[in-house]
Amino acid sequence: MGKLDKDKMLNMYSRMLLIRSFEYEIKKLLEQARIKGTAHLYTGQEAVAVGACSALRENDYITSTHRGHGHCIAKGASVDRMMAELFGKTTGYCHGKGGSMHIADIDTYNLGANGIVGGSIPIATGAGLTIKMKESSQVVVCFFGDASTNQGSFHESVNLASVWDLPVIYICENNFYGISCHIKDALKVENVADRMAAYGMIAKTVDGNDAIAVYDAVSLAAEHCRSGKGPYFIECVTYRWEGHSRSDPCVYRSSEEKNEWVKKDPIKKMEEQLINEGLKDKKLAEVRESVKNEIESAVVFAESQPDPTIDDLYKDLYYKDMI
Amino acid sequence: MREITYRDALNEAIAEEMERDNDVYLMGEDVGVFGGTFGVSRGLIEQFGPKRIRTTPVSEAIIAGAAVGSAITGMRPIAEIMFIDFATIASDQIINQAAKICYMFGGKTAVPVVFRTQGGGGRSWAAQHSQSLEAWYTHIPGLIVIMPSTPYDAKGLLKTAIRDNNPVMFIEHKQLYNTKGQVPEEEYTVPIGKAKIVREGKDITLIATSFMVIKCMEAAEELKNSDIDVEIVDPRTLVPLDREIIKTSVKKTGSALVVQEACRRMGFGSEIVRALIEDCFDYLDSPPQVLGAEEVPIPFSHILENFTLPQTEDIIKKVKEIL
Repeated sequence: MGKLDKDKMLNMYSRMLLIRSFEYEIKKLLEQARIKGTAHLYTGQEAVAVGACSALRENDYITSTHRGHGHCIAKGASVDRMMAELFGKTTGYCHGKGGSMHIADIDTYNLGANGIVGGSIPIATGAGLTIKMKESSQVVVCFFGDASTNQGSFHESVNLASVWDLPVIYICENNFYGISCHIKDALKVENVADRMAAYGMIAKTVDGNDAIAVYDAVSLAAEHCRSGKGPYFIECVTYRWEGHSRSDPCVYRSSEEKNEWVKKDPIKKMEEQLINEGLKDKKLAEVRESVKNEIESAVVFAESQPDPTIDDLYKDLYYKDMI
Repeated sequence: MREITYRDALNEAIAEEMERDNDVYLMGEDVGVFGGTFGVSRGLIEQFGPKRIRTTPVSEAIIAGAAVGSAITGMRPIAEIMFIDFATIASDQIINQAAKICYMFGGKTAVPVVFRTQGGGGRSWAAQHSQSLEAWYTHIPGLIVIMPSTPYDAKGLLKTAIRDNNPVMFIEHKQLYNTKGQVPEEEYTVPIGKAKIVREGKDITLIATSFMVIKCMEAAEELKNSDIDVEIVDPRTLVPLDREIIKTSVKKTGSALVVQEACRRMGFGSEIVRALIEDCFDYLDSPPQVLGAEEVPIPFSHILENFTLPQTEDIIKKVKEIL
């Protein structure tokens, strides 16, 4: 595993910033009722998605969750088409039929976000089975939260992946809460990673606010998977800055707790790491400006796109035509 | 023409499709050396090896989920769920994932998966191994639901289901595995969405699927003695439903009785009655009726179970009431 070069780090910084700006924009658009429904924002967890996806090859798969915008952007999706999807437009990734919780971008090997907690874990496992059966050198990164590790689907998945040596990297984003339920009220063990001994799976716990630490851990895991040694589990300890979804007033946690985590801002950390590498403030300011423009133009793009019509309603209910 | 069992017909369908297409594989509990709980996969592991005939742990959620994940990444899995009663554990993956993915993601990916399972009672296996749950799946847009009643249809429809690009619930019947019927040696398939007139008659149309077709045939033979000439239509595919053949038949006979093994209320029979009212109200000489199971969990006692499930005598009695 080579050391990250400055360009790659800058690119990671840019992606993290793009995720955060996207989420701030979505929050604003929801408050202004310019977009409908709800959204589960990824703010504060950017280092996990970007650190992990930066360690992957283009044709490695990911699966995502209801809090999926970050994974989608990190894997290389266009914010224009994501924004169009959140506006429910026909040129959105799902032609306006998925929305925030269901963006999939097969072209970037993103098998989709999922509205069911734990729902994508078996799917990632199945993608790992394809890779194994086709003897390809890809891997799958399966993102999920700490709360989903209490679903049966999680346990059935990691058990099967272990028994069958499937090339899946299970990345648990431990942000301490399943909506309001604190992890202490949901797990008896100290770390989520402690559970994995029961499945004979290698498990590491890393600082999920440090993109480079995540990158390093996932690089190692990918090497392990590609060499046919089976699955790998990484717990990334992090924090979601916003509520679970737009309607969550966060009565279950203190502002002191949140502020402590805001001090550990993963984007600030990346900035410091870049400055340590000798990057100038001016360069970072350029990235910030470019990200700001990208988000602004995504909104302009999305709002200008056509709405679906009644003719679109039954389209894609079945794949092309049935035989 | 040679006669083979329903079990062997299914076995041939799987073997032929696996020979034809390397992406097809079978996965489920005890499908390997054990040959499947109902013997459908006997001999397949010897022919194709454990890589393509995969015995899984007892984990229905991951059987279904891994099938979905591998289906959207290039494989064509046949996932065996031993009893349809156990498909409840796999429901998220069948209902929220497989059925939704194509539509929800804007038609970006096919989900070529067959969930093979079996239902029905008559064996004193009581409430959790005897249900007829097909109506649940017919209610979910995005799924195809098939219930073959003969060895010929079982083979031809399973082959088509495997080749189809959409998720299929393929529901066999535990009482049919030993039944024999004509199956040609040469290659054939049966189209999805085409009903079949299994017996021609002029006085009343019985509409039935799966094991109830056998019961209806027995009843029809008996009713000949009372000069009642029964026509029997087997939809074979519940979704999509071939309303044309049903309509043509009922226009001819003027009377209709749906016979279903499932609990009488809110079932597939009610849906057929809706179709009859919409499609041939003016041709009906009497109200179309549904004969189904009593509205109780399937009891263990074979005496009580016989009272619960529709029997040949019940069909005869009902037909005489209608005419």
